[in-house]
Amino acid sequence: MSEKLITEEKRVFMTGNEVVAWAAVAAGAEIMYGYPITPQNEIMHYWTRLAPKYDRKFLQTEDELSAGFTTIGGVMAGRKSFTATAGPGNTLMQEPLSMAEAMRLPVVTVVQQRGGPSTATVIYSQQEVTLTTFGGNGEGMRVVYSTATHQELFDYTIKSFNVAWKYRFPTFVLGDGYQAKMRESLTLYDPEQKGVDFVPAERFVGKPGTPGVDREPGHYRNTYNVEEELYDVLQEHFADYKKMAEEVVEYDAFDTEDADVVVVSHGVVSRGAKEAVERMRKEGKKVGYFRPITLRPMPEKQLKEVADKAKKLLVVESAQGQFAKLIKDVIYGSTTEIVPLFKPGVGITTEEITAKTKEIL
Amino acid sequence: MTVQPAMPKCWRPESKPHKFCPGCGHGLVLKALGEAIDELGIQDRVVFGCDIGCSLLAWDFFNVDSIQTHHGRTTPVMVGIKRANPDLICIAYMGDGGGYAIGSQHLVNSASRNEKITVLLALNTVYAMTGGQMAPTTMPDQKAETSPYGRDPEESGYPTQGPEMVAAIAREGSYVARGTTVNMRQLKSYIKKALENQMEGNGFSFVEALAGCPTNWRTNAEKTWNFLQKDMPKYFKVGELKDPGANEKEGQ
Repeated sequence: MSEKLITEEKRVFMTGNEVVAWAAVAAGAEIMYGYPITPQNEIMHYWTRLAPKYDRKFLQTEDELSAGFTTIGGVMAGRKSFTATAGPGNTLMQEPLSMAEAMRLPVVTVVQQRGGPSTATVIYSQQEVTLTTFGGNGEGMRVVYSTATHQELFDYTIKSFNVAWKYRFPTFVLGDGYQAKMRESLTLYDPEQKGVDFVPAERFVGKPGTPGVDREPGHYRNTYNVEEELYDVLQEHFADYKKMAEEVVEYDAFDTEDADVVVVSHGVVSRGAKEAVERMRKEGKKVGYFRPITLRPMPEKQLKEVADKAKKLLVVESAQGQFAKLIKDVIYGSTTEIVPLFKPGVGITTEEITAKTKEIL
Repeated sequence: MTVQPAMPKCWRPESKPHKFCPGCGHGLVLKALGEAIDELGIQDRVVFGCDIGCSLLAWDFFNVDSIQTHHGRTTPVMVGIKRANPDLICIAYMGDGGGYAIGSQHLVNSASRNEKITVLLALNTVYAMTGGQMAPTTMPDQKAETSPYGRDPEESGYPTQGPEMVAAIAREGSYVARGTTVNMRQLKSYIKKALENQMEGNGFSFVEALAGCPTNWRTNAEKTWNFLQKDMPKYFKVGELKDPGANEKEGQ
């Protein structure tokens, strides 16, 4: 009944949503709470098919507010819990996620970005970057992995549970509709066989013993009486986040050392950027490639170094500068020109990136 | 020398006197809840969730694991916990604004899914913590900060009848009642039955408790009591609306 889903490495050809469901099972996720929204639906479809076979649970809630808050309940009961959403659902999800941020709850959320603002398209975008990194009435105390391939969807979904439970900041896998619906080859594996140690879940409520008799009660809140009380709590969060950042920051880069133009992108767009840079390098063009994998926290130091060396940065994204804002923030002080290639809600091809790069070289 | 009545055993003495205004109904509802928890011997299994609004002041009220959530969202947090660990006794505590306005979808859907949790709702006809605005339950002609000339039902409807709504959608096995802080013995018995219903795994349980808010009603003790005892029951009839135990007995 509760045998392992994956006992040996195998190559598969799957949609991204199926990959996320398999990864969550492989990661030891115990319960998913979700509400239907395209393009994340098949995460729930595959999870609900796998769940009873591996002693996992599912609850379909009445909306994303409830999906987020029930996920918080699951986490506080000491279970590895997750949810998935997109677009307007992600907007609603920010309320529970701000509570998770305030109370340092290891909630894992998979976001498959769709067009925005509003209902827009059910298909694709990179327009949920601002919402996912800095949504809610908080300070962006989150970890956000922007994936580019199905292999990464598998790897980072697994990693998200560990990072969330280790550092106790809400953690996101930021995919998109293309990744969600596209089929692609990847290698599935059992994380434990690969040497991944699972960070155990812990109960916030329902620990052994009677509160007030055998132990102190768990009293959890997100409301404070005075400004200074809140300020002190937040300072602790910032300090913990800063310490964590050094350990969790991830990026991918090549050919940046002598590059005149460095193409900066994230997520599925970085696949086109990578190919464009590789092709132009073969032609002898001095171009480089940089891709933050964590959008929160950003690889600040590395990006600053790259920016200081390059003559120009070409920032490419399927949004009107949401990612570029994150870049500008961390390279503040650098005089390197930023050239935008923004196509909100639309995919960007290798050819388009190549043409734009050559234009500004 | 005045004799202090004994506190329920599961109350947390360190957080007493409690943070509610003098004459507030919350203390009474939470006394009934505390006594019910004591009598059922479930202090080690209870998770108490409180909402935004005055109910949040109960975040450290009990020596039980407690979570203060967002406005209207205590119900889904308790549902999430119960689903993840069915051994726990999950109590969502809120006011009428949290339950019937901003969190009404959670109340309705939890009831229709027959979630095995207990929702305890203190009804005082106003948004008290935010300063006495009109609530879904404000009585016709009752003055509130956002209905300064009295609630006009033509303009803003009639008071929400929560237990009647829940009873209409909840399945067999659910427990639904409306008690009042005017009758503490009865209120405690309703809360106890609601918790027992959860413990037995029968289904959703819901108790509304009529509670006073002299601060926002701007009433003295006599007028507060009159409003609670005479005016509120005109719209909010006290009694049990669904009781699996009673049905069983009838069937015998």
